[in-house]
Amino acid sequence: MATDTQLDLWEVFIQSRNGSHHTHAGSVHASDRKMALQNARDIYTRRGEGSSIWVVPANSIVASNPDDADMFFDPADDKVYRHPTFYVMPEGAKQI
Amino acid sequence: MSNNTAPAIEDARLSKFEERVQKGDAIEPRDWMPEAYRKHLIRQISQHAHSEVIGMQPEGNWITRAPSIRAKQILLAKIQDEGGHGLYLYSAAETLGISREDMIEQLQTGKAKYSNIFNYPTLTWADIGAIGWLVDGAAIVNQVSLQRTSYGPYSRAMVRICKEESFHQRQGYEIMATMMKGTAEQREMAQDAMNRWWWPSLMMFGPHDSDSPHSSDAFRWKIKRHSNDELRTKFIDKTVQQAEVIGLTIPDPELKWNEATGHYDHGEINWDEFYRVIKGNGQCNKQRIAHHKRAHDDGAWVREAAEAYKVKQAVKNN
Repeated sequence: MATDTQLDLWEVFIQSRNGSHHTHAGSVHASDRKMALQNARDIYTRRGEGSSIWVVPANSIVASNPDDADMFFDPADDKVYRHPTFYVMPEGAKQI
Repeated sequence: MSNNTAPAIEDARLSKFEERVQKGDAIEPRDWMPEAYRKHLIRQISQHAHSEVIGMQPEGNWITRAPSIRAKQILLAKIQDEGGHGLYLYSAAETLGISREDMIEQLQTGKAKYSNIFNYPTLTWADIGAIGWLVDGAAIVNQVSLQRTSYGPYSRAMVRICKEESFHQRQGYEIMATMMKGTAEQREMAQDAMNRWWWPSLMMFGPHDSDSPHSSDAFRWKIKRHSNDELRTKFIDKTVQQAEVIGLTIPDPELKWNEATGHYDHGEINWDEFYRVIKGNGQCNKQRIAHHKRAHDDGAWVREAAEAYKVKQAVKNN
């Protein structure tokens, strides 16, 4: 078989409607950014699922390591005072 | 590291993995997983992807002969969906470390399989109805179950696919219903398609549970959530009524409602035929792969040109 290429891998993020977050939808293969956008549109928004698309070269994404998750997220584990339920409110106080 | 610690670490990871799966956690691409889990998923997801892509061929056979412009537009949209489904699934498989190139090579050399059902020919327009209604109907039953599979990217692909498949099934059923309201000849054509597609559709769920070679790990690791026979029964139970409504006869004289189980009992499936087709001796096996190779090779210049353009743009922008 001749050397073949299936082009580069891109990750696709879709905003389902104006005002919402862009959410990861999946991946596409493409050789450049324009093709990546068009492929993402054809593959992930055939039924009006999106109002905006981001495509990112997969190798540009930096991800945390799941094996280190306990250690990595540890700084947040002992700070219950960051949650509103931590505080004792005087009896009778309203709208707080 | 001594020779003894490596297996101990491996065991600890395996039990942690199994614990997570039992708890219902999704496994994500960068999580540790047993090699057998990875291998099983690559085999299953790539086979699923190949099925979607090869499945475009029997339907593509009718695009130029669709009976109306409406039917043609719908068929084109459906086939485009199947291509999209193949791409979602190839992407999910790639997260496990296999490349798209390798998967395509495995398909073309016969190392990877695709669903047997696509080795049957589409002889009449009614076959397009039967594929949408029965073949996609059977696929939906399987895919709904797989929405809860333990591997995250596979599960998410299934959710997306299930949303789109119900259009496929309804358009197929509409074709059958329309033909059953037509002339005697059209009704005969619809029944003939039913007769040819019914049994191969039941075979899509794979061998009986007692003869299924890949099942036990798949269940323990929650790759598979329902057995072949459970899914097959679910499909039969919902399809019988749909056939009755439009006046089609299910070509199984032994099919009957079983009060005790609350399900239909069905006649013997011809497993000799199933294995004959799997081994490459169905009516269209050779044609399907030859067509895939031809399309792939004919498109090589497009991929090359795209790569050349990318290089040229990179130089220009520097």
